Amino acid sequence: MARHLINAMVNGDRVEFVCGTGQTLLDVLRGELHLTGTKNGCGTGDCGACTVVLNGRPINACLVLGAEVDGSEIETIEGMAQGGELHPLQQKFLDHAALQCGICTPGILKMAQAYLETNPDPTETEVRFALAGNLCRCTGYDKIVRAVLDAAAEMRASET
Amino acid sequence: MNEIKTPRGGSNYQWVGKNTPRPDGVDKVTGRARYGDDMIVPGMLHGKILRSPHAHAKILSIDTSKAEALDGVKAVVTSADIPDHPMAQPPYPPIVNDFHDISRNVMAREKVLYDGHAVAAVAAISEEIARDAIKLIKVEYKVLQHILDPREAAQPDAVVLHEDLFTYGVEPKPTKPSNIFRVMHGERGDLNAGFAEADLVIEREFSSQPVHQGYIEPMACIATTSEDGAVELWTSTQGHFVQRTLLSKLLNMEMAKIRVTASEIGGGFGGKTTVYAEPLAIRLSQKTGRPVRMTMTRSEVFRATGPTVGSKTRIKVGMKKDGTITAGEAEIWYQAGAFKGSPIGRAVDTFFSPYTVANCKAAAYDVCVNRPKVAAYRAPGATMACYPMESVVNELAKELGLDPVEVRLKNAVKEGDESLMGTKHGRIGLVEVLEAVKEHPHYKAPLGDNEGRGFAVGYWLHGGGLSSAAVNLMDDGTLGVATGNPDIGGSRSSMRAMAAEELGVNVELLKPIIADTGSLGFSYLTAGSRTTYATGMAVVNATREVIDKLRALAAKKWDIPVEDVRWDAGQAIATDNYKDIKPLSLKELAGMATSMGGPVAGHSEINASGQGATFCAQLVDVEIDPDTGFTSTKRHTVFQDAGRAISPDYVEGQMQGGAVQGIGWALNEEYIYDDEARLQNTGFLDYRMPVASDVPMIDTVIIEVPNPNHPYGVRGVGEPPLVSAPAAVANAVENAIGQTMSDLPLSPPKILAALHAQAAGDD
Amino acid sequence: MTDRHAGSGLESRGTKTLQDMNYEAPTSVEAAVAALAAADDEAHIFAGGTDLLVQLREEMIRPSLFVDIKRIIETRTITVDDTHVRIGAAVTGAELSEHDAAKALLPGVVEAVELIGSAQVQGRATVGGNLCNASPAADSVPALIAAGAFAQIAGPNGLRVVAVEDLLAGPSRTNLSGNEFVVSLDIPKPTTRSADAYLRFIPRTEMDIAVVGAGAAVTLDADGTCTAARLALGAVAPTARLVPAAATAMIGKKIDDTVLASVAAAARDACNPIDDKRGTVAFRIHVAGVLAIRAVKIAIERAEAK
Repeated sequence: MARHLINAMVNGDRVEFVCGTGQTLLDVLRGELHLTGTKNGCGTGDCGACTVVLNGRPINACLVLGAEVDGSEIETIEGMAQGGELHPLQQKFLDHAALQCGICTPGILKMAQAYLETNPDPTETEVRFALAGNLCRCTGYDKIVRAVLDAAAEMRASET
Repeated sequence: MNEIKTPRGGSNYQWVGKNTPRPDGVDKVTGRARYGDDMIVPGMLHGKILRSPHAHAKILSIDTSKAEALDGVKAVVTSADIPDHPMAQPPYPPIVNDFHDISRNVMAREKVLYDGHAVAAVAAISEEIARDAIKLIKVEYKVLQHILDPREAAQPDAVVLHEDLFTYGVEPKPTKPSNIFRVMHGERGDLNAGFAEADLVIEREFSSQPVHQGYIEPMACIATTSEDGAVELWTSTQGHFVQRTLLSKLLNMEMAKIRVTASEIGGGFGGKTTVYAEPLAIRLSQKTGRPVRMTMTRSEVFRATGPTVGSKTRIKVGMKKDGTITAGEAEIWYQAGAFKGSPIGRAVDTFFSPYTVANCKAAAYDVCVNRPKVAAYRAPGATMACYPMESVVNELAKELGLDPVEVRLKNAVKEGDESLMGTKHGRIGLVEVLEAVKEHPHYKAPLGDNEGRGFAVGYWLHGGGLSSAAVNLMDDGTLGVATGNPDIGGSRSSMRAMAAEELGVNVELLKPIIADTGSLGFSYLTAGSRTTYATGMAVVNATREVIDKLRALAAKKWDIPVEDVRWDAGQAIATDNYKDIKPLSLKELAGMATSMGGPVAGHSEINASGQGATFCAQLVDVEIDPDTGFTSTKRHTVFQDAGRAISPDYVEGQMQGGAVQGIGWALNEEYIYDDEARLQNTGFLDYRMPVASDVPMIDTVIIEVPNPNHPYGVRGVGEPPLVSAPAAVANAVENAIGQTMSDLPLSPPKILAALHAQAAGDD
Repeated sequence: MTDRHAGSGLESRGTKTLQDMNYEAPTSVEAAVAALAAADDEAHIFAGGTDLLVQLREEMIRPSLFVDIKRIIETRTITVDDTHVRIGAAVTGAELSEHDAAKALLPGVVEAVELIGSAQVQGRATVGGNLCNASPAADSVPALIAAGAFAQIAGPNGLRVVAVEDLLAGPSRTNLSGNEFVVSLDIPKPTTRSADAYLRFIPRTEMDIAVVGAGAAVTLDADGTCTAARLALGAVAPTARLVPAAATAMIGKKIDDTVLASVAAAARDACNPIDDKRGTVAFRIHVAGVLAIRAVKIAIERAEAK
């Protein structure tokens, strides 16, 4: 059986795991590293629930092989709150009631975080297109978009 | 823009009606919350289901030997491992839980009845081995003719799914089996006289396709069993108590031996109200002596779990020049899927219910076809009936030159009126909802080129029923609030707000939890928009019991009669007769409880009735590209009577989410089968749910006409937005292109074909 | 984000078990060719994986080996010289999108690649993968054909060069042999007053596969007469196809509404679509004409702006 020994940085921690060729990064994060905050909604890159940041880019963990990530840096939802403080996006999602069931929330937060790094002052339309790869079936997106815009404003204010 | 209108004056509540931090919020934004597939148990095996590639076939043989021989495979189960049950017999309740059917739905027995029907399941030491193993199971099928359309399946010569199914409720009793399980009727007045009175009668046929709830979390569970017969089940469900009942009856096990814990649930919308993989996981666990986790793929979710019904409708409505609806007649055929049990009663009740139509008749047929057995979807059975009626009312108003909202006001039901299925309305808010629409700037806002505006109103009688709650006071004055209803959309916030309001203490002192089936009395599903209403009532009762005990404790402490102690703003206060007695706070009383008689807790088990009807109206603007038929939603406002919005943010969230599900249903979502009745769009790519860039902000107007039967006036809010949303979108399309479109979804090819037909007709 | 033809995932083409599957990541073109040569015919080139991993998940393939080409420098580089823009086969949509020179020279190609999937998919999906997955609806392909792209193909006998329109054999089929793979795509650098554009129709605003796609490239002379043109369509035939009749209708003329009507007619004549879950024959044929006109107009505007 083909097995691969992989070293990677996950949320700043050096981790080592063994995976089969068929195991995706999502399988590895959830099944091997027990980081179950990254969710599995479809396994085909269509829902965004498994969004993590791989070497600086948001990607669907279900569309990456575990075997590929040797030497990579990965950031997941578990690393988003730092030092006991929620990230502004996390706080704004709570303030705006931008989640109902919450299953899409970790993926949307990671996507929004990565997006705001490239575009700190987006329009509503830009936020909607940036989040088009993250399905939410509960909220109708309204409060999510508001939360992201509000978080962006707060993050800009704290930069200056 | 979101607003709240409280016609009966505002409230002086401290917590009810306020937005408070959500108790489960931090866990859900940090990835800590544990859903169905997030539980990892030492030694667990991975289960996987083999599914039928055929829509209708006899199972000739199943050979599992090669799968069982594969290294790492620990067990295989087939229908032989699931107990059989006799068919349920009449008289039938409105919703029939027939274990004869459930047994066959979780695992095909004599026949497979739809693409994706489970035929065998394996448990193995890894997911990869389980996936390899199911490919080694050999099933011999004899393929039979299939049938997908409910009207065709209702014909006397149609191929029959169940040789033992005879139509119920018709005389004489049929001697031939049929795909029609039963027909439900409602009738009042004199139809002929009603149509004769009308100045204009429109008769049309409509259809809608099955749509899936589209929850983002696939079904997932983990079963642990013990040699002494005990079962522990962790599962993503809208009702773990209902799961326990179903599993106990299906698997012939004592209820007390089955303990079900509801995981956090990643969306349900009615879809997670029955059992699918859970009995198989239990059987695999029993065979192996190890925990077994089963998680469906998205493709399995689409192929094998219940979408909602598809429908065919014939409807005829008559209206006078002044807008009075004089008569209505409707017939609707619902696709139950492979087994009987579509929500036909709701169809009969929905067609004419917003209106005081003196003469009307509705009939609904529950028809089996070779599709997955339907499950509930947010106002099950109502949306497909609202769409034809609201389309025809729209058309009648247009033809008679009447304002669409005024027409609805003219016919609006009020307190004392009765629905076709016999619900006599108490205080209801339809008129208030319609008045709010008229006052809203959206109603008169100008439209651009190729744009259209649609309006529709929908009726829904939300649920009540069995609920339990317990409130436990701790030594330090904090409290636990336990209910048996999984929290899908923020119900923990509402439960906590009502308990805090009763107690007069800060919400932060209360910690709501969802208790497992061993820890609380029976609680029916989180479904039917019933949780804040019914379970909320149980929470209020349980909290009041705590308050009574605290009053008694204070009375004991002060040595005065309990009648002389009242509870206000978080304190026990002696009546004015005892001017020297200083009030005792909740915290002080909590500290002395243990030494003065024991722990303080309250509990309540109720069968909640008195639920009131809810009405939800929607205004939608769309723009249509005349060259491609592409429809974009430009503006959408939802108006709903919430009775009382306990947590306004989450009420708005229900309205916005339901509206967007309705946009998807109206425009793009549908089950698409090929000629072999194999589902073609088994993923989110081609099952086109709205994405963030498809929709605008969804404005909400909450109207509060309190329900007198609930301590805080609550009406169920979750389902009503989906009743009228597709109809409102369809009416907007009609307004934009000048044609009533009769077949949901209104996808671009259909709109473009309609535009081309119109152009050809104009030439 | 793949174009799944077998929705139910019934027929697995491969015979391997998941446990047997292997993965290699060679660092040179030669090593990749050698890895393919040593493997059986169920080895797959693995670039972004956004189609392959879906096909694996949906039981449509059971590969014996994935040969990951992302560690080969030639597949990962974008270069612009005097005559060509060269895009490595494993360059992702996000990387291409961030390449200002490529975006300025070939806005149509870059926009087409940017349309593939979500932002997350853009971080992985590659130009070469979109081409070699050979979906009739692949967004980048009509744009590449319109822009006159050639594929640089590595194999046991060295490199060969094939026009993109000649690489495609049918749905999910290319003319590559089992031991070959696409290393990069060479696109002639547009001259002055020359530009391209790509448009597609989907029922939503994002996250769909093209129901129709249209790529156009035009060159204008100083007075606005069209001197060269290419139009290509996607999702209306078993492969993306070049529409020479549309070019004939444009070349030598100033492109007015009459010429555009001829372009639309030529586009519709070139269609040989199917009814499927994404659209009907009639819809696809009509919209092919609509998008052909719209894409040509954008290309003209861009050419005129140069």
